[in-house]
Order: sequence, then C-alpha cells, then structure tokens
Amino acid sequence: MAKATAFDPRPWYLLSPALLAIAFLVIAPMCFILVYSFYINVDLGVDEVAFQFGNWQDLLTDSYYHHAIWKTFRMAIIVTVLAALLGYIPAYFIAHTNFRRKWLLLLLLILPFWVSFIIRTMSWIHIMGNQGAINGVLIWLGLTDEPISMMYNEFAVIVGFIHVFLPYMILNVYVSLEGIDRNLEPAARTLGCTPWQAFREVTLPLSLPGLAAGSLLVFVLTAGSYVTPIILGGPNDFLFGNLIYDAVVSELNWPMGATLSFTLLFLLGLVVVIYSRFMGLNQLYKALS
Amino acid sequence: MKQDSTKRYEKLRERMGNGDIDRRSFMGLLGAAGLVAGVSGGIMTTLSRQALAAGTELNFEGWGGIVSEALRKHAFDPYEKKTGNKVIDATFGGEEEVLTKLKAAGSIDGHNIIHSSGITWYQRWVQNGYASELNTKNIPNIDNVMEAVLAPFRAITPDHLAAVPYDYGTTGIAYNTKYVSEEEAKKLGADLLLKKDLKGKIGGWSGDWANRAWYGALQSGQNPNNITDWDAVWDKVREHRALILKYWSSGAELMDLLAKEEIYVTEAWSGRVAALQEQGHPIGYLDPENGLAWMETMFVLKGSPMEEAEELLNFMLAPATAIAVAEGQKYPPSLDPTKVDMPDTVKKLPAFDPTGKLDGLVFREPDKWNAVEKEQKKMWNRVMKGA
Repeated sequence: MAKATAFDPRPWYLLSPALLAIAFLVIAPMCFILVYSFYINVDLGVDEVAFQFGNWQDLLTDSYYHHAIWKTFRMAIIVTVLAALLGYIPAYFIAHTNFRRKWLLLLLLILPFWVSFIIRTMSWIHIMGNQGAINGVLIWLGLTDEPISMMYNEFAVIVGFIHVFLPYMILNVYVSLEGIDRNLEPAARTLGCTPWQAFREVTLPLSLPGLAAGSLLVFVLTAGSYVTPIILGGPNDFLFGNLIYDAVVSELNWPMGATLSFTLLFLLGLVVVIYSRFMGLNQLYKALS
Repeated sequence: MKQDSTKRYEKLRERMGNGDIDRRSFMGLLGAAGLVAGVSGGIMTTLSRQALAAGTELNFEGWGGIVSEALRKHAFDPYEKKTGNKVIDATFGGEEEVLTKLKAAGSIDGHNIIHSSGITWYQRWVQNGYASELNTKNIPNIDNVMEAVLAPFRAITPDHLAAVPYDYGTTGIAYNTKYVSEEEAKKLGADLLLKKDLKGKIGGWSGDWANRAWYGALQSGQNPNNITDWDAVWDKVREHRALILKYWSSGAELMDLLAKEEIYVTEAWSGRVAALQEQGHPIGYLDPENGLAWMETMFVLKGSPMEEAEELLNFMLAPATAIAVAEGQKYPPSLDPTKVDMPDTVKKLPAFDPTGKLDGLVFREPDKWNAVEKEQKKMWNRVMKGA
C-alpha cells in the first residue's frame, strides 16, 4: 500500500490572494445576482425580499425571452464565422511575412483599442450613413443619385461587431500560426502537395486551436453586448443584453434583471465549458498573455 | 469676498435690468469680474485662493448636448468664478439610470442636482426618499418663477420644495419640409407619425414609454390623461413601429438623424428642433392638438450641500442667467414673462407662453401616469422589440 503523502499547504498560501480576489470579485457578485433573482419587484425600483420562482417561471415560459436568446446566439454565430473567415487572412499574412518590423503590424492591429469602443462604433454612421463616405463617393462617381440605405439594420450591427472584435480573432490565430514549425509546409510540398493542399492538410489543422480560441472570445463578447445594436441597429436588432438593460435601468426591476443576467452568464458559461471540454483553454491563455 | 462678489453681481444685474448694459456685455463683465478677482494681487488674491481651496463640489447631471453647453457657458462657469465652488456636470441617458446608480451605491455620492423631467419624476424622487428641503429664502429669484409651474410641485410636497422648475417645452413632431408640407403636417396631426408613404424614414424616441403612449393615445382618439383602452394605444405604437427606421435614444442622435436626412419625421423636443432650424436645416415643427408638454426642474437630492446648491439655483434663476440659458438651450425659462421682460429670442421659442399661465399646454397628470407605469413601461419595452 502506497504511503499517503503529507499535505503541503504552501501552494494554497501562494494562491490565496488570487482565490480571495476571485471569491470577492466573481463568486460573491454572482451569488448576490442569484439571490436577487428570487426577490419580488413590487413597484418601479421597489423590491421585496422573498424566495419565490416567479421571475424564473417568467423566463422559462415567456417566448419573448426565448426569442431574444435565439437572436443573440444567431447573431453571435454569424459574427464569429465572419470574423474567423476575415481574420484568418491577415493573421496568416502577419505570421508569414518577411517584413522585418513585424511588431509594427501587430501594433497597427491593437491601435484601434486606443480609441473608445463607442466612438469606433459610431464611426460607421459617418461611413455608411446617408451622408457618409461610401454614399458620398458613390454619388460623386455618378453611380447613384440617391443615398443607398445601409444603416440601422442587421447588416450595420454585424459590421460594427466585426470591426470591434476582429482584432481578438486575428491575435489568437496569429499566436497559433506563430507556434507552427515553418518547415512543415515546405516539407509537405516536397512530398507532392500543392500550396493549397499543404495549407489545408498541415497549417490549417495545426492552427485550429487558435481559431477556436478566437472564435470563443468573439462569440462570448458578441453575445454579451448591448451597445452596438442600440447605436447601429434598427427596431428589430436587439440582443439578450438589451433585455437586461431594459429590466434593470428602464423598468427598475432588479429581480428580473438578475434572473436574465444569471441566465446569460449560465449560457455563456456553458459555451466556455463545452469549448474547454473539446479544445482546452490553454490556447486562450496563450493568446491573452 | 463671497459677499462682495455677490454684491458686484447684483449691481451688474441691476445695471443690465436698467438697460445700462446689454446682456452680452453683462456676461462678459461677469466673467471678467471673476478673472480680475482671480488674478489681482494683495488680499483679493489670497481670499480668492482660500475660497477656491474651500470650494464645494456640486455634481450636476443633465441631458447633454446643447442643453449642457448652454448651462455650462451661461450658468456653471460664471457661478464657479463667482463662488469658487465647482460644478461637475455629467450627462445621463435618463433619470432611471441615475436612480439605478443611487440604488446600487446606496448613497448619493457623486450626485447632487438632477435636471429632472418635471412632475412625474418629481413625485418618483420624492416617493423614493431622495427629496431635499430647499430653503427658498436663499433663492429669492424663485419669486420670478411662474406660479403655474410651481403649483404642481407644491401639490406633491406642500411643506417644501425639493426642486425649482427651470424650463418647459413640448414633444411635438419634427418633419423635413422637403418631403412633408406644413399643410399636410397640420392636417395629419399626430397621424403624421403613421404616414405609410414615409416607411423607413420615420423615427421614434426609445427613452420614454409615456411619450410613445401619449402619441398612441392621440392616434387612437383618446385623452392621453385619461386612457381607457391601452390595447388600442399599443396597437397604434405597433403600427408606428412597423414604419420606423430607428428608435433614437438621445437628443444628439435625434438631431443627427434629422440633419442627415436618415429620417424625415419623428416626434422631437421643441428645443432641439429650434436648434436644427437655427443651423439651417429644413425642419418644421408641429405641436398636434393635446400634444405633450413638460417642464423640467433642477432637483436637489437629499444629503447635498444645501447652501451651495441653493446659491447655484438662485444664480441660475437670475433673469440674466435664465434667459441666456434659454437662448442657448432653446427652451423657455420658468420665469414669469409678466414679471420679467423676455427678449424676442425667447418669445420666438416653440412653446413659449407670454401669459405665464401655460393654459395652452397639456402636461402629464402624475397620478394617472405613475399609477400604470410599472405595467405599461414593461409593455412598451416589449412592443419596441416587436412583441
């Protein structure tokens, strides 16, 4: 029988600051949100302490909320797929370029982060609006007499999301591509692969962890957003986050807002768990670090 | 020094009232007086520094855009120069947002004076326990305020006031005169917002359920202050929703959408339309019959530094300041035009009532609207999203 090893508390001492921070900043607020979801909203801004399932019942039985969840996941999938397709190309270029100042390209990638997210989102009004740059050029070229309506619809919201979240995808894919041995593709070609086959059979599979990590980030960030649809969307463009905003800020119904918030947290947490089960979170840590 | 500055300010104001100097010169002299007090040597400088060092910070929250610009330029900056106190102004998306923050924080830290939306919100702030008690002796300029705007607030808090009414306006309908004629607008009235030919070129305000419901009531032939058929109201709101391009959420967005001709028709705030007209945009404005009027207050939250707040309110209500702000933000001041001589620029503002009685304007009755708000606001948020 193997001898039981003595308990070594030292790692726990070292971990304790991080554990305390997580407990106070993540676990405790989540617990408060969960507890609040059982309260009753008596009037605007007036809540009564209770333990009842009315808010949860509303959530589970009301198709209004189900529709919002469906819209949110649908939008998040569209944005993620488009970001993956659009982000892979620049990531591949940066990873394989012989340009000596590669850091400059990476700097250009993160440069937009220096400008407020709201400002970047609103900039599309001046690009795609009736009096925006695109319509201005089209009218100047004589290609159209009237401005083409491009704003305040789902297309504008998707453009806004991709604009803001694309760098996350590119950085993740880039980190993954950088980790691949540069000799593998030439080796595949010496064995008879065409350039496309070498990419498809060697590079793409090896970069999939980065692609998956970028996709997870873009998916979670999109699904948790609510400002972009407000600025760029029309009346049909809203996400689950907008319902939370309505409940908390507009209706002053914190118990319902807590129920909706916890639901979104749970659903996105589920996505992360599924991702972790199949892909592992290591690639995500690598890209973020 | 504080007393001296106040006296100087009163003298300046008196000179202006006598016609000795025009208002622009007055504001310039006021600023110069502050500057002189700040940079002159000897005891004045020392006292000025002491006053600045001892200055109290007042946090003000308002609607942003031209309204904030006008308040900053004509009220806060001169007030700061005069008193050494500091006004930190911020923009809110709506008073719900402020109330949410206060509830979340459990204190009024960082919040003192709210540019509040009139009677219904006055009642809400009072009911939530945030009402201060203003010492109106410290606000002598309140004597110039119209009794018509004071009475509704006194009805809610008979023993005291927690706010002073500051301006009023209407939420009428803005339309682009290139696409809608004045005759057609007048003929259609509230139904202009339901004109099918303009599908995709109509806007709506997302921020206030009562505003939408008010128009729904007008369009369904009901008295907005006595709605009996809410289903009919929301049916009209759905009809409007099917025609709109976007629900806008701020005054700046409203102006941007109209100026860029993304939309041709929307309900709009009278002051914002006046600003667009001044900028040369072809925007007409219509107050339909029984259109929505409102008055705004400067609401002081309980626990704020009261004397400083009262001094600021008194300063803001001084005719010179109130008129300058009114000209800047394009909403008539709450001052009684039968007591205070108003310039033509104010007399020409939409919604201006020369009688000082506001008989021609229809305001929300807080008891009627607040009673149904919980249920109907939820409905509005759903209808807005297509439910």
